[in-house]
Order: sequence, then C-alpha cells, then structure tokens
Amino acid sequence: MSTQEDRERLELLQGTLDLLILRTLIFGPQHGQGIARAIQQTSDEELLVEHGALYPALQRLEERGWISAKWGTSTNNRKARFYSLTAAGRKQLGKETNKWKRLTAAIGRILESERG
Amino acid sequence: MFWRKRKTSDFGAEIEAHLRLETERLREHGLSEEDARAAARCAFGNVTQAQERFYESGRWLFWDRLWQDIRFALRLLRKSPGFTVVAIATLAIAIGANAVVFSALNAFLLRPVNVPQSESLYGLQFDGGRRGALSYPNYLDFRDHNRSFDGLAAYTMDRVGLDTGENPTRAWLYEVSGNYFDVLRMQPYLGRFFHASDEHGAGSAPYIVLSYAYWHGHFQEDPGVVGRAVKVNKRSYRIIGVAPPEFRGTFLLLSPDFFVPLVSFEDESALKRRGGWWIFETIGHLKAGVTRAQAVADLNSLGDDLQKTYPKENGRMNIWLDRAGLYGDTFGRPIRAFVAALMLLAGLVLLAACANLGSLFAARTADRSREVAVRLALGSSRLRILRQLFTEALLISLAGGAVGIPCGALLLRRLVAWNPFPQFPTNVPLNPDANVYAVAALLAFVSGILFGAVPVRQVLHTDPYEIVKSGSLTKLGRRITFREGLLAVQIAICALLITSSMVAVRGLARSLHSSFGFEPQGVILADTDLEMAGYSYSSDAVPAMQKRMIESVQTIPGVTEVGLANCPPLAHCGSSRTLVFTDETSDLRPSNAAATAITYQVSPEFFAAAQVPLLGGRAFTWHEDKSAPRLAVVNQTFARKVLASPTNAVGRYYKTRDGARIQVVGVVQDGKYTSLTEEPQAAMFLPILQSPSSESFLLVRSGSDPRQLGGEIRSRLRDLDAGLPVFIETWPKAMDFFLFGSLVATVALGVLGALGAILSVTGIFGMAAYSVSKRLRELGIRMALGAQGKQVLGAALGRALMLLAFGSTVGLLLGILASRVLASIVYQATPRDPVVLAGVVLAKGLLGLVATWIPAQRALSIDPAILLREE
Repeated sequence: MSTQEDRERLELLQGTLDLLILRTLIFGPQHGQGIARAIQQTSDEELLVEHGALYPALQRLEERGWISAKWGTSTNNRKARFYSLTAAGRKQLGKETNKWKRLTAAIGRILESERG
Repeated sequence: MFWRKRKTSDFGAEIEAHLRLETERLREHGLSEEDARAAARCAFGNVTQAQERFYESGRWLFWDRLWQDIRFALRLLRKSPGFTVVAIATLAIAIGANAVVFSALNAFLLRPVNVPQSESLYGLQFDGGRRGALSYPNYLDFRDHNRSFDGLAAYTMDRVGLDTGENPTRAWLYEVSGNYFDVLRMQPYLGRFFHASDEHGAGSAPYIVLSYAYWHGHFQEDPGVVGRAVKVNKRSYRIIGVAPPEFRGTFLLLSPDFFVPLVSFEDESALKRRGGWWIFETIGHLKAGVTRAQAVADLNSLGDDLQKTYPKENGRMNIWLDRAGLYGDTFGRPIRAFVAALMLLAGLVLLAACANLGSLFAARTADRSREVAVRLALGSSRLRILRQLFTEALLISLAGGAVGIPCGALLLRRLVAWNPFPQFPTNVPLNPDANVYAVAALLAFVSGILFGAVPVRQVLHTDPYEIVKSGSLTKLGRRITFREGLLAVQIAICALLITSSMVAVRGLARSLHSSFGFEPQGVILADTDLEMAGYSYSSDAVPAMQKRMIESVQTIPGVTEVGLANCPPLAHCGSSRTLVFTDETSDLRPSNAAATAITYQVSPEFFAAAQVPLLGGRAFTWHEDKSAPRLAVVNQTFARKVLASPTNAVGRYYKTRDGARIQVVGVVQDGKYTSLTEEPQAAMFLPILQSPSSESFLLVRSGSDPRQLGGEIRSRLRDLDAGLPVFIETWPKAMDFFLFGSLVATVALGVLGALGAILSVTGIFGMAAYSVSKRLRELGIRMALGAQGKQVLGAALGRALMLLAFGSTVGLLLGILASRVLASIVYQATPRDPVVLAGVVLAKGLLGLVATWIPAQRALSIDPAILLREE
C-alpha cells in the first residue's frame, strides 16, 4: 500500500503518538481527523500519521483519563467526536514532554560526539 | 469509569465521521468524490484492525472471551451427551459423597456440641475404666473447689415413664445438676430453666425442661404446656420451660426428651454415697486464660486430696480433659477413626474420578488435535486454547457440584430424620451448614482444575504443521503408562469392593434365616418396667403383677403363647451376667469361676413362647417360688463348661458367688444372646418367682397382625395398671439393632462398590475411547487390508480388556482375603460361595461391556475409505 510519497515521510517512533495527541489538544478541543491534520501540518508534512492507528490511541488515552470526549459538530457542520485535554492529561503532557526533551538531548549529544 | 464501556458501534461511527471529514477535505483540494473517498480510506489504513484493537482494549474482553468459551464448551458438550452425562454423574457422585462425609466430619469433629463457645467446653475423664463417671459428693467437691472452670455441671441419663395425663409413655431424660443450663450458657426457648438456687436437697425442685423436639412432637408446640403438672415414674413434676431447638443435650449419641434436676430424681442415699459412681459426665467451660494443661493439673491435685480424705471410696484418680460431646475416647476414638477413614476414602473416590475424567478429557483433546492445530495455525495462542479447555472442565465440574451437593444435602436430611432405633433418640447434627457447602463447592472447583490440567501437555506440544500435514500423530507410548497403572489399581479396588459387598449381602440374607436358638418370627415384645409404675423391684407385688399380665394377654383371641423375661435375647435391653462355679468349688473367688453366664429371669412359659428347644429335663412351673429349692434351666454351653456333661446335666448342681446351690432342671439349645456374630456363650434361665425383676418383656406369640395385636396388648395392660408405660415392637424389628452393624457395613460397601463400579466404567471407557481415537488411522489401514471386526476390536480394545481382567482378578483375590475381616461384622459372611464368585465375574464382565461398548462401536464403524481420504 505504501507509495513513493509515503516513504519519504518519517514513521512515528513507538509511543510518540500519545505525546503528539496530547500536545495537539493543548490548543483546544479537536476531533480525530483534525488531530491527524494538525500533526501532519505542524510537522511540515514530515510526519506520517496512519489515521487508523490514531483512534485506538485516542481510545487508550480516554480510558486512562487524560483526555475526555463528546460528540459535537465540526466547522463544516459535520458530526464528529471532539477530544479535549483533562487536568490529568495536562500533567501527563508536561511529564512526557520533559522526558522526550531529555531523550532527544541525550541522543543528540551521542550523535554529536560521534561526529566530533 | 469501569462500568462505562464505549460501544463498538460508537467507535465505528467515529471512524465513519473521520472518513467523511477527510473525504470532504480532499474534495476541497480538487479530487473527485470517488478519488477522495479512496484516498481517505487509504490514509486511514486497515479499518478492521483499528476496530479489533479497540475491541481488545475493552475492559470487558475477559468476560467476553469467557462467555465465548462457555458457549463453545456448551455446544461441544451438547454434541457428546454421553460423555457429558457420564462426566457430570461421576463428579456429582464423588462430590456428593464428599459433602456427606465432610458433614459427618463437621458434626463429630468440628462442632460437637451445639452450645455457645463450644470450643472451650470440656468433659472430665478418669483412668481405670471409669471414664466420665463420678459420685455426687465427689462431683460437688470438684464443682466447688476447682479454680479452672466457669462452673462444672453434671448429668446422667435415664429411661423413665412419663405420664402427661394421657397414655403414659417411655421417655429419655437427662438428670442434670441445677447449674447445667447456666454452665452451658443457654437461654430457654420458652418459660424458664431451673438454676442452682432451686436445689434444696433430695426431692426438691421437681421441675421439667422439655427438649424442643419432644415439645414439638408430643405437645404440638403448645405454649400453654409451661406450668402443666406431669408424672415421671409416678412422681409429680411441673413443666417450667422448653430448651432451644438447636440444643439436643451434651452427649451426641443420645438426645433427651426432657431435663430434670438430679436432686429431684435421686433419693437421699444416692446423693450422699461417695462410692456410687452414677454420674455419667461432668462438663464445664474453661475460664478465660486457663489452658487445658493448667486445668488438668488443678483437677488432679483436687483428685489427690479427695483420695487422701476418702481413701475407702476413692481410688487414685488420674484425670484428663476431652472435648465434650463424644464422652472422651470411649466413643470419640472409634467415631473419629471411622469418620477420618471415610473422609480418606471419599477423597480417594474424588481423586479417582478426577483421574478418569482427566483421561476422558485427554481422549477428547486427542480427537480434537486437528481442530487445535488449525486454530494454532490461524494464530490462536496456546493460552487461549487451554483457557477454552479449562472452561469446559470447570463447567463440567461445577455442573457435577450443582447436582452432587443438593443430592448430598437431601441424603443428609434423610439421615438426620432417619431414626433406626425409635427407643434411642440419637443426636447427630448432620445437617449441612455453610462449611459443608463451601467445602463441596471448593472441591468441585479444584477437581475441575485437576482433570482439566491433564491434557495441558498435549496442547502445549501440538505441532500444527505436522498435524495439518499428516493427521494426528501416533506416538507409541511406554509399555505401561502411569495412567494405565492407576486404572488397574482402581479396577482392583472396585473388584474388591464388589466382592466384599456381595459377601456382605449374602451373609446378611443368610443371617436373617439362620437359627438363633429361638424363633423371633411371630413374636411381639411388650416392654415395660414395673418400677416406672411405682412398684418396688424386690416386692412380692412384682411377680404377682407379672402373672396377672401374662394371664390377661393370654386371653386375647389369636394369641397362642405368652411368656415373660427380664430381657429377651437380642432385644433392646441390658442382659446381665453372673459368675458361676462348679458344685465342688468351695473357694468362690472370681478366678475360680467355671464360667460367666448370661442370666435371664423368665416365667415358666418363656421357653414355649420363644420356642427355645428343650433338649432334656423340663421347664419351671409357677409353683416353684421362693420357698422351693433354687433351680435353673441352662444351655448346652453352660452344661459343657460348668457341669462337664452336655448330656446328663439335668439334676446336677452348680453354685453362684453368694454360695447358693442351684439345681439344673432342664437343658436348652444354645442360642444367640447379645450379637449375631458371637461365639456360643453359657446362659442360664432363672424363674422370676425366685429371682424377681421389675423389667418385664412380655413375649406374645400369635398369628395375628402385629399392629392390631399391639393395640390390644396395650389396652389389656392399661386395664391392669393405667400408669404403666409400654413399648411394643415385634421381635424381628428389635433384632434390627443387632443387624445394624452388618446392615451399615453392607450398605456402605454396596455404595462404595457402586461408586467403584461407576468409576471403573468411566476409567475403562476413557482409556478405550482414547486408544481408539488415537489409532483410528491405523485401524482404518488394518480394515483396508482386510482385517475382520474381531481383529480390529482386539487391536483397539485388547489392552483395556486385559487391564480389566488383571485388575478384577487381583481385586477378587483381595476381596476373598478381606472377607475374613468382614466375617467379624456380618454374620455368616463367607467368600467361599459360588454365587459371590460368579456374581463378581458377571458384574465385572458387564462393566467391561458397558464401558467398551461405545468405543467398540466406533472402532467397528470405521470406514477406511473416508478415513484415509480425510487424513
């Protein structure tokens, strides 16, 4: 199923999708398709989000109580399920962001040192 | 949160919404409707997979799968109803048996006496054959001077005549110390209890407390009964209360009809005599913080003091304590041993049932190896398949429990209601309680896990590739597997049980028609005690009254003979024994005695009424009274042992301990006197005119209906003395008591034999079915090559039948050996009986036929063409 275009994009690392979803929702409630679009656009179309993987992830986050959901109407008057960040989700986002920054910094340092 | 589970349809709607939004977005970018929809779908990826992942994240997944497994298991079980019924029935029987036996264990060992805080209730036991017995003055000293008990209560049992204004009846009472109910911490159900403060010496406190059962049965729970005046052995008493329903006395084997203070019942001299050991048992709650050892030490130091102070009456007392209810080791040890042995046996039955069901399960799993392989190949996890198998096993075991537990409870209720000897109100609280249900349910669950675990290895070792490619694999096992060994042992035990039960049944049947030395058929026993009607036992009024009773009953139409004895052979009464000496003995020490003879005090007509064959001499007459020389009729064994001459004993003399010379006037045939299995015992029959007894059994021989005649006898006796309680039963019925041991042994062996039979059927069936299904392909090839039905059967079932033959032979031999033990319980039990041997062989043959029928049918119905094409 993969096309030429897809191969040029970056595949998401395991576990990063949750972080990206939480981050996206910090700007306000959004539905699934919107979240997918937002991740793709914000990353300058660099990241590939398989839409099918998004929904189980949303479900998982909802069950953990980090996001909440309710049915609403989209801007173009379509029914959609809107997700918003809960207080617990906000806290989790802070933790995850911090972790991610430390991880990338550490990996970055290793890669730098190899080059040097 | 846990309960709010999103519906799959809601999730599907969300995906729909996503696809629509994405399609619209792409349309805005200029794609055609069709292309946009395709692109949106493409970007989404696998919709089904997303849905599956959603489903798997669900919290209800566990239950969902369980429900799936249960439905699947139910379908499978419905498809093989034979297997299902056999499995459930086997487990139901095994679990039911365990529930019944555990409930006996519970009743005898775990909650002996139904009183508050029964765990701290102990009874005093003494060394030297005296068991629990104490004299009243000694009891008072123990009660007042011990420092270990919250009060000590004493009780003893007696059988009395109770006259409530209608028919006087016989009843059992507990004579108890005044503090009895207070020591036991009981509250009355109705009215009040008597207390220590009611006692003011002999004859005081003439109060009766009824047991709930007696109140229910004889007074129809009439609350107005409190305050009513009644007569106990013609003495006046007043009913003051009713004991609670759950309290049935403090001795499990005899529950009383009512309680009276012992000071009211015994006379002055009995209460004063330090040497009269008539109190049955002394019981009490240990004080809080006092250990059993401390209490024993305390009691023993008191006992030593009592011995020093009253050396003439009190011997050395070595005292220990035992849980109240079973009277120490006297009854406790055999009952506990019996119950423990039963529990062990029941456990073994359950284990054997599990082993058999395990092999049945293994056979089923082997049948399903293809299905298992296909499921594994399609990506099912082995855990999931095992889960399904366990679900099936647990379903069966729980169904077995669900059938077995109520059956057990029903049986228990029957056992509690069943009172084999109406004369002795036993008190065994066998009713199942929460403990029993919990243990039975646990056993059901555990056995499900046990036999469900048997095919685990099979599933774990399944290689889907090999099986799908070549059909089920036939690995030739070791020559004799553990499972086969187990089965052989089981068959042997079953054959042993069947042999023993048949020996017992045959022995029992024979003992009902054997010679007792008298003829019980056609005789009614009317049991009375003139003492209960106020006659003093040594007065001359007693024989006169007895003679009137005989004469009155004699005139009832249809009655052929009436005799009287203090206690006929093999009836509910205590027979007495006397030391006898040869006429030449002058030193009448016990060690010089020639024999200990069972002693009967009988009227002259006794021999004719009981049809005791007179071998020589004559019976007594009514003229030989106290003024005539002492005489006796003796049996053959007596004549041989004491008079050294079975043939011409008549006319010779012997002596008793008091030096009296007694002349033998007649010799009768030996009989059975105290049990059916006894060796011949010496017996002598003395005339009631010379050695009177207030205990009077009328033996009434007639051809009429016992029930009608019983009523007639009762009314004749009432005409003579309205206050005389009479108990009437037929002699054969009274003898049931002596057959009881053999009856119980026979029934128990029969039940166990049936259990064993069922177990070996399932065992052989399991093994035969397994070997047929494992070797289907081989059998098919044999048939294709022209094997005949007989040869196929030989190949398929030979091993199972060989095990059956081997196990049965061993079991039969063991059974023949065991019958020697059985002969001591069941009269005339002998395995050297062609009927028994033929019966066992026939039974095992039938079992084998039943067990191998279905596998044999299956083996014969193999169509090699279909089979070989399939595989």
